[in-house]
Parts: sequence; C-alpha cells; structure tokens
Amino acid sequence: MPMASDAGMSPELATFLNFLVIGLSNGMIIALIAIGYTMVYGIIELINFAHGDLCTLGAFLALTLIGALGLGDWSGPWAWAAVTLLLVGAAGFCAALNWGIDRAAYRPLRSAPKLTLLVTAIGISFVLVNLALFWGGLPMEVFGGGNQASAPKNFPELVPTTNLLGSESRVSITPRDLLVAAVTLPLMVALTWLVRFTRLGTSMRAVAQNPTAASLMGIDVDRVIGASFMIGGALGGFGIVVYAIYNGSISFQMGYRTGMDAFTAAVLGGIGSLPGAVLGGLLIGLLRAMSDGYLEARWTPSVVFIVLILVLIFRPSGLLGARVREKV
Amino acid sequence: MKSPRRVRWVEWALLAAALAIPPINWFWMRMDPAGAHDFVGPLRQVLIYAVLALGLNIVTGFTGLLHLGMAAFMAVGAYAYGILTCEIYPFQLSFWPALGASALIGTVAGLLLGAPTMALRGDYLAIVTLGFGEIVQDVLKNLDDITQGTQGINPLPGPVVPGYAFNSQNAMPWYYLYLGILVLVVVGCRNLEWSRPGRAWLAIRVDELAARCMGIPVVRQKMLAFAAGAALAAIAGAMMASMLTSTGEPANYDFQVSILALCIVIVGGMGSITGVLVGAVAMIGFANVLLPMLAGQLQARGLVSQANVFGNPNNWKYLIFGLVLVLMMRFRPQGLLPRAGAARAAGKSP
Repeated sequence: MPMASDAGMSPELATFLNFLVIGLSNGMIIALIAIGYTMVYGIIELINFAHGDLCTLGAFLALTLIGALGLGDWSGPWAWAAVTLLLVGAAGFCAALNWGIDRAAYRPLRSAPKLTLLVTAIGISFVLVNLALFWGGLPMEVFGGGNQASAPKNFPELVPTTNLLGSESRVSITPRDLLVAAVTLPLMVALTWLVRFTRLGTSMRAVAQNPTAASLMGIDVDRVIGASFMIGGALGGFGIVVYAIYNGSISFQMGYRTGMDAFTAAVLGGIGSLPGAVLGGLLIGLLRAMSDGYLEARWTPSVVFIVLILVLIFRPSGLLGARVREKV
Repeated sequence: MKSPRRVRWVEWALLAAALAIPPINWFWMRMDPAGAHDFVGPLRQVLIYAVLALGLNIVTGFTGLLHLGMAAFMAVGAYAYGILTCEIYPFQLSFWPALGASALIGTVAGLLLGAPTMALRGDYLAIVTLGFGEIVQDVLKNLDDITQGTQGINPLPGPVVPGYAFNSQNAMPWYYLYLGILVLVVVGCRNLEWSRPGRAWLAIRVDELAARCMGIPVVRQKMLAFAAGAALAAIAGAMMASMLTSTGEPANYDFQVSILALCIVIVGGMGSITGVLVGAVAMIGFANVLLPMLAGQLQARGLVSQANVFGNPNNWKYLIFGLVLVLMMRFRPQGLLPRAGAARAAGKSP
C-alpha cells in the first residue's frame, strides 16, 4: 500500500508523526490503566497504590497462558484469536483479583482514616510485586525455565510490526497501533454507556457523590464499590496485555512505572473524572513520546513527574476535574 | 510532659541490648569462629534507618503530613557527604564537618521542596513528595559528570575520632559511634516533641484550621517540620555513605526506602519516638539482619539452590512486609507503641 503523499514529506514532519503515533498508542494504554485509579479514587478517595502491580499479575497470567496453550505458535487469524483470549483472560483475572482484594482488605476499613486505607494499599502492592517475582520463577519455558525470576521476560510477537503504510513509508503505523485502538476505543464507549445509562452506573455516580445518602436511597454501597474495583481491574487487565504486546517485554516491577504514568494521567485529567483519565492518558503518552524523541529518554520519567508536580501545585483539580472537596 | 512509664522502660531496655550485643557477638565469634555470624556490621543499618525514620516521624508522626520521598533527602545527604569528602573533588572535608554540612544541605533541600508544596494537603502532598523522590534519583543518575552516575562516588573516608582509626574490617567502633549519633538524635527529638514547635505540630496534625485560628503560623511550622525531617534524613544518608565508603548508585535511594521508613513509623506508632525505635529494630532487623543471615545459613548447608527463587529468604521480604502492613492496619492501626500523650491531647485516637 504505497502512499504517494509520503515522498513530499519533510523528514522532520515524518519523525514528528512517528512520535505522535507512538505517543497516542501508549497514551491509550495509559488511559485504560488510569481509569482504574480514577474510578477508585472517585468513589472511596483511595490512591490505589496496588493497581499497577495488579496489572503486572495480569501480564504474567497472559504469559502463562501463552506458555501453557502454546499460543505463541498460532498464526494468521488464529493469532488474533490468541490475542482475544489473552485479553479476556487477563481482564477477567484482574477483575476477580481486584474485587477479592477490596473484599478482603479494603472493605473492613470503610470507616477508617484515609491513611489507614492508603497504607493497606501499599501493603497489598508489596504482596503483589512479591507474588509477581515468584510467578516469574515458575519452571516454564516462557519464564526462562524459572531460573531467572527477576529478569524481564520476553513477550512473544503475536502481532506483527510490519508497516501498514508500506515498507517505503517514513511514517510507520503497525498492526500493533491498530490493536491498541481496536481494544481501547470500544472499551471507552462501553464504559461511558455503562456509567451514563445503566442502573449500576447511576448507583456508582450516586455513591461517588455521597455514600451515606446513596445508601439511604437503598443502594448497596459495598456492592457498588466492589463493582468499581472489578471494572477498574478489568480495564487494567486489557491495558496491560496490550502494553505487553506493544512493548514485547514484561517484568515483575513493570507495575510501578506503568502505574505511576497512569496515576499521573489520572491526576492530570482531574482525578475522579473518567473523560479526564482518558485525556490525561493521551497527554502523558504524547509527552513521553516527545520527551523520548526530542529530549533524552533518560529524562522522560523526570519530565512526567515535573508535570505531575506542576499540575498539583497550580491546578490540583486537573484539566477536567470539577471539584476539589476537603472532607472535614 | 513525661512519657508513660512503660515506654521509658522499653527505651532503656533497647539501649542496654544495643550496648550489650557487640561484646556478646565478639565473644561468640571467638568461641565458634566457623559457625558464628557477625551481627554487628548489619546492625549498623538498623541505627541508620532509625535516624531516617525519626526524621520522617517529625513530618508524618508529629505534624501529620504524609511524606513518601524521604529517600530523596537521604540521597541528598549521602551525595553531599560524598562530594565534600571524596578525593576527586576539591573540598576533601573530614567526617564531622561533612556530616554537619550534609545536614545543612538536606535542610535546604527540605525547604526547597517544602516552599511550593505547603498549600497541598493529604494525598496530593504525598504524591508530590513521591515525585520529588523520583526526580532526585533521576537527576543523580543523569548528571554523571558530577555524581559519577550509577557508579556512585567512592572511595569515601570513614569517621575520625581522636586516637582511633576506623577501618571497614572492624564494625564495632562504627556501631558504637552510630549508636551515639542515634542517642543524640533521640534526645533531640524528645526535646523537640513538647517544645513550642512540637506543640504547634501536634495542633496542626489534630486540626489545622483550629491551629490557624489559635494563631499558629501553620505554613512556617510545616516548613520547619519538613526541614527538620530532611536534616535527619540527610544525616542518615551521610552515615550510610560513610559506612559503605561509597554513595552507592542512585537507585539505592528509591521509593522502596521511603516506604520502608514509612512502614517503620507506622508499625512502631506514628509520632511515638520509642515506637519508631522498636519499629526500626523489628523491620530492619528482620529484613537486613535476620533474612540475609538465614539465607547465608541455608546456602552454607546446601539446603536450597541459588537458582530457585523460592529458596532465598530475601525474596520473601516484601510479601511478609506487605502482609504485616495489611494486618497491622486492620487490627492495630495505632502501631506497636502508640504515642500516649498525643492521643490524650487530641481527645481521640489519631
């Protein structure tokens, strides 16, 4: 599929467009994970430190499925079936695990001070990272025979990186970029529909606004919170599998960085706001890509954190966040 | 105001044990050179982390500001000590002036972070301090012309006291010197606790609005707490760098270290100095002394293979830490030795 317009394009513009594609793809992945932070914060005001590490376990489950079922050898249309299987498997796993964590660890602390809840989340995060380390030590071929538990693991190339604009083109859009969009956009639409128009979504908005009043209206608050954890976990599961396919490598510590990016995105967009998380995710993805490309990759994490700090100092409600409540 | 009797008793017992361990360990090593294990070297880390956690205790325990970036100030202290003492730089100070200068530089760093962030509360302050910690690490790693990047600055000189030369072979003098520094820090914190700023911090923690109404300069007092905490963290960093004769790589001062300090404060009891000491002994003693010893013993006896991730006790550390934190928050959120006077002053458990 040769593109005629490509020839007249200046190299600078082509480079910029490439960064744009990479930024948008990563941004969509970050947005998926950011929704998990923003939903939980919107409802129970908890910075869910464990969210990134929960996603890590989803990625390890996906790699285990690949090893157990031999999905790495599936080709052609079957490769897409394999990807679907991984996405659904990881999403279901993360949803169930996040629900279980809420049930076992956070639910007993509903009336406790916020710090207690936050420290619990940090504790859960430690447990999940350690479990991911152990998981990487399982004696399977995909984990390097289990001898190097802490080493990064290769994620098989299920989706090719051929350029859809033709190998001549200086601008590169790969099936991986399409995969990101094909997973993210429908999920966003579905989530918007769910929050706006379903009974559960209405309950969620009610609980976020005022849990006591919501429970007086007959809403089962614990069930709604549990559902939010499930939905956030599921989106994180989708996001992390796409991340693993896109970047080709996973490690037990990946949740920290990925989680930080996603959390920054959630804050940038206005924590508690779903469209804000998506906007923030895209902006952080673009920022990362531009910083990698035009600055130096080694400064990128600092750039992201400086943006986070500046946003918090000058506009703590974020770009789309409406309210900054101080509960006394 | 006096601490309750029980807490005083714990403190003296800790000090007695700390004084007695090195001779006992030395005696054990004389009796059984093959089987004995050197505790004294690793135990210095307990002392260093205790200083760090006491710094965090001022910020989080006394004043109630959640701080997730203490490791950054530890790094500032360590690198200040490194640059001021190492032979490749022009300063070449000796231990004591460098230690004092590190504390001063840490204070300045604390004020620099504190100034723009004082308006933030709760979670947002926590995130800003976390971000600051990451930025400091990246800066130290990337400015490799000055900081030697991931190599770390080395070699660094040890402490100097008249009439004795420290060497890395013999950990016992370091241990007693660091114990002395820790005792001074504890005495300082005790005096600070019920001083004018200490009472202001408590008032801010209990109810910031009320404190403001009572005429307490909230911003200035918060800055003071930030600066004092940063100074102690920087001292801990300088102690660490001197002990290792190297600053180590910037990743040694990562988020895990900040969180470890927070865990010490929370497990011990927020705002309770004795609690923090107990927390440091429990957490660091477990993670940096007992687990490596267990790992060494298991390996020496050939019971587990190095390749097996489950066989190395060090790999269980964060699983156990995490479970302890979760269970503590569920069943004893006030910590092992809660701060008694503060709870009474607040009229409720914090």
